[in-house]
Amino acid sequence: MISMQKVSKVYPNGVVAMDDLDLEIRDGEFLYVVGPSGAGKSTFMKMIYREEKPTGGQLLINGLDVGKLKDRHVPKLRRQLGVIFQDFKLLPSLTVYENVAFALEVVGADTSSVRKQVMDVLNLVGLKNKARNYPDELSGGEQQRVSIARAIVNKPKLIIADEPTGNLDPETAWGIMDVFEEIHRRGATIVMATHNREIVDKIRHRVIAIENGKVVRDEEKGAYGYDV
Amino acid sequence: MMFKTSLRHLREGLKGTLRNGWMSFAAISAVTITLLLVGVFALIMFNVNEITDNVENDVEVQVFITREADESSVEELGQNIEQVPGVSTVTFSSKENELKKFQAQLGENGEAYGTVEKDNPLHARYIVKAQDPEELEAVAKSVSELDNVDEVAYGQEYVDKMLAFFNGIRIGGLALIVGLTLMAMFLISNTIKMTIFSRRREIEIMRLVGAKNSFIRWPFFIEGLFLGVFGALIPIAVIYFGYDVAYSALQPSLDQLNSDIFKLLDPSTLTMQVSGVLLALGAFIGIWGSTTSLGRFLKI
Repeated sequence: MISMQKVSKVYPNGVVAMDDLDLEIRDGEFLYVVGPSGAGKSTFMKMIYREEKPTGGQLLINGLDVGKLKDRHVPKLRRQLGVIFQDFKLLPSLTVYENVAFALEVVGADTSSVRKQVMDVLNLVGLKNKARNYPDELSGGEQQRVSIARAIVNKPKLIIADEPTGNLDPETAWGIMDVFEEIHRRGATIVMATHNREIVDKIRHRVIAIENGKVVRDEEKGAYGYDV
Repeated sequence: MMFKTSLRHLREGLKGTLRNGWMSFAAISAVTITLLLVGVFALIMFNVNEITDNVENDVEVQVFITREADESSVEELGQNIEQVPGVSTVTFSSKENELKKFQAQLGENGEAYGTVEKDNPLHARYIVKAQDPEELEAVAKSVSELDNVDEVAYGQEYVDKMLAFFNGIRIGGLALIVGLTLMAMFLISNTIKMTIFSRRREIEIMRLVGAKNSFIRWPFFIEGLFLGVFGALIPIAVIYFGYDVAYSALQPSLDQLNSDIFKLLDPSTLTMQVSGVLLALGAFIGIWGSTTSLGRFLKI
């Protein structure tokens, strides 16, 4: 699904965020990305959805060479993956339903099936009854569920989640993880950057630790591994 | 599907226009004022051009022939004038003819001059037109050096002053229009910038879920178009009805001058043309204003 060979990223100001990083992520894998703040986690995530361009090496996603991808072809990549953020990034003026349908509308999806697709994912994340509510009427956990629903409504094979539980209290975070587990069970590949030790230690998956732009640890069913 | 997407862009473009109410109002007002002035100047300029053309085509050199010249030397002079570079037509007017014209101009009083017919004090003359009005002076000079020419007259000073005045109007008007157009574009560009700013979150999400750049741009493009076209509506109405009124008010008094030079252009086709130009210019200002904003503030 994702193949990185000697991928590097040097920002124009000289900061080396990625240093000859090699990594293979297989189809259907669930991967935690851990590491201290400022170690390159964010750059790692952003390169996958081509918010940042690698400056060296080769980064293949589903066969697409992301480093060589022209700006106008970025939408093609983005339609194959779903991105979830710590701060949800919902549109406050749209209802839950509209926020999710938005992702279908802007890619020009067939309108006849929008309603069914949206209701299906809202059902999956447990928000079927809140379809008509606005984001500010929802709790943080519910808002994150909406953003997950929006990310998966296009049925992407790859989900990128950048600290999805970062803004949530522990109990709510567990509920969000249930949703990710369900999506993973249905076959999606998930790459999740996180600082949440309990989750990584309890729900065991592959763990990579990034420090100074390199993978310093890569364990199947690994633990969080950092002392707070 | 395509139809639905287009409707969405239209809706979003209109929403953007309404959302930035005051900025939109300012931008539309700027376009309105600009186009109003453009329209008025266009009408003035078309008329000025017409009058200038009339003047230019009307200017001629009057070549008065010495009274002593006999028939053959008059004919020779005519041929010589035709040889002068830059001359287009040469028309002869005999003494008798001149007298008749003079009498006609005086009307009833002219009959008093019937007695001078035997001893006509007027000069026969050649009326010379130049191919290019600019060359009139040179033509007049060359002709004055020919034999049997008593005097050469042409309304050079009057023509020059008039052309200079009309040129002044043209240049001043053009400068004003360009300045106002730039200001209107700037205001539209700012309005679009505000819309982009107020929707940056939406744009960010659109990009994340894979909307095509064109899809993101269309609503802003349409918003600019709206601002430009809305701005053109009032000027078009004013031009369309205003020129008709002005024409009806002015033309009768101009008619009394009984001149071939001072005539206003007929309203029907002129106002249609100017209205078309205003609409196109409004659309252009709007599109251009929004496009510059898109390029600068929409990183995609």
